[in-house]
Amino acid sequence: MATDRPTYDVAVVGAGPAGLSAAVGAAEAGLDVVLVDAGRLPGGQYWRHDDEHSTPPRSHGGRLFARLRARLHHQRDLGRLRYLPGHQVWLIDRPRPDGGPFTLRLNGPYETAPVERDRVRARALVLCCGAYDRQLPLPGWELPGVMAAGGVQALLKGHRAVAGRRAVVAGTGPFLLPVATGLARAGARVLAVCEANPAHGWLRHLDGAVRAPAKSAEAVRYAALMARHRIPYRTRAAVTEILGEDRVRGVRIDGGEVLEADLVALGWGFTPALELPLMVGAATRRDLDGSLVAVVDARQRTTVPGVLAAGETTGVGGAAPAVAEGRLAALSLAAAHGLPVDPRTVRRLRAAIRHGRAFAAALHRTYPVPDGWTDRLTERTLVCRCEEVTYGELCRARTDLGAEDPRTMKLLARPGMGWCQGRICGFAVAAVTASLTGRPATAEDLRPLSARPFAAPVTLGELAEMVDEDEEP
Amino acid sequence: MSHAGRERTEAAPYRLTFDGTTVTARPGQSVGAALVAAGIVSWRTTRRAGGPRGLFCGIGVCFDCLITVDDHPGQRACLVPARDGMRLSREETRPSAEDGRGGEGSDGD
Repeated sequence: MATDRPTYDVAVVGAGPAGLSAAVGAAEAGLDVVLVDAGRLPGGQYWRHDDEHSTPPRSHGGRLFARLRARLHHQRDLGRLRYLPGHQVWLIDRPRPDGGPFTLRLNGPYETAPVERDRVRARALVLCCGAYDRQLPLPGWELPGVMAAGGVQALLKGHRAVAGRRAVVAGTGPFLLPVATGLARAGARVLAVCEANPAHGWLRHLDGAVRAPAKSAEAVRYAALMARHRIPYRTRAAVTEILGEDRVRGVRIDGGEVLEADLVALGWGFTPALELPLMVGAATRRDLDGSLVAVVDARQRTTVPGVLAAGETTGVGGAAPAVAEGRLAALSLAAAHGLPVDPRTVRRLRAAIRHGRAFAAALHRTYPVPDGWTDRLTERTLVCRCEEVTYGELCRARTDLGAEDPRTMKLLARPGMGWCQGRICGFAVAAVTASLTGRPATAEDLRPLSARPFAAPVTLGELAEMVDEDEEP
Repeated sequence: MSHAGRERTEAAPYRLTFDGTTVTARPGQSVGAALVAAGIVSWRTTRRAGGPRGLFCGIGVCFDCLITVDDHPGQRACLVPARDGMRLSREETRPSAEDGRGGEGSDGD
């Protein structure tokens, strides 16, 4: 397998809004860059599109994406940036914990995927690993036809496929709206958006100094689309149960009403993918929305020398602050290399980040994970989908075996020990364990279910190869 | 099941088989998207309860959608691009001569 011998100045992981911006910015500043992304096309989840000729819609920042993509291709053609789409990072190591170049071990997202490089080396990292839908278990959520809202959206945007005919979109947050209107536009009947929170007056949560006209316009546009497609927007409407035997047949809403549906899209905000920051030893904290995120300073540096982070990795905030943070990370690395950086650009980026983060904070306050969601869990509700661990089993691990923290819970009842390694159930297991122990969940509760020995599935062959190579003189 | 973006001119669809049944896919679609578009929502059963599973996260995170593609078991249906002539089969389908390869498959544990 071919391996790049040169050591890059920087490896950027992820080609979503933050990673694209970081990689392009670093290459344009004069650094030697490798951009590694699991996706087939650049853009990440936010700017997902279906082929290299299309762009996301203009209302979605499609023009900004198109410009970044053009600059990416330009830098690649100049030989300043190596772009590796369809490559996932499964391990990052370095000769000493606090020094030397990083080695990123790569493989393909599926067994027969073409892999151009099985490892790359870089002196610095910018981790822009993005996020995925946060999930809360509820009775019946394992039935086929129940999907993450982001997955339904990915099918629409990336694959032009509609996952059902009669849909209910449920959970909390503004992201439910584009999923509902996207489904309706594609021909599905959307019976309701069930928003668990009261969800009115999020503008109230914005501090006086902060205004977000672009986002307000977006909200108005979605309201119009919801009206046009006659999609009822029901607030304080939590789905309490999903009905069906071998596939979903409907949902029961708080109060008892049943809506018959063959597709249920669920989302409760987002969970940043934190395995790579944790793998390199970066400090993490619990953000306002309850997610574990990487700690960064005003230059996007994590607590590990040479490792920077941008975008959702540092807190769920959406594409606008992500693009600014990616660019700032690039400039921060350029400055560390003694390259000229315009202080006015840095000030402008910091203002954009502050603004974007303040707006995100207002959304987090408006659409929190509702208190008391664990009350809907029954003895037989699956919490961990992979290992099929029920709420009843978690309760017994607490009462009979004395599990008081998620690490012990994981050892005794096995949640988070299956294929997904706690990516889906990690937040829920932390919350359930804390609630059974009568205390709020902390960052300490989230970490054990967010750290993973490998960031992607790896074959025994790949591991053996790594060992052989370490034994070489 | 319907598709989004009907206004486009379509390239000739790929023809795949799922446990012997023909399923069509458009270039660029994942095998998971092709199955769902054909109205097939599950292709795996769980080890403990034997429950049916298909797409859940849709973006490679949850591993619920594992499927056997051309004798390669344990592939994420949401990530494998459909190709003409691909053979898809349920994960519980056992055994075949090549199934020994499953032992070398990746393990999340």
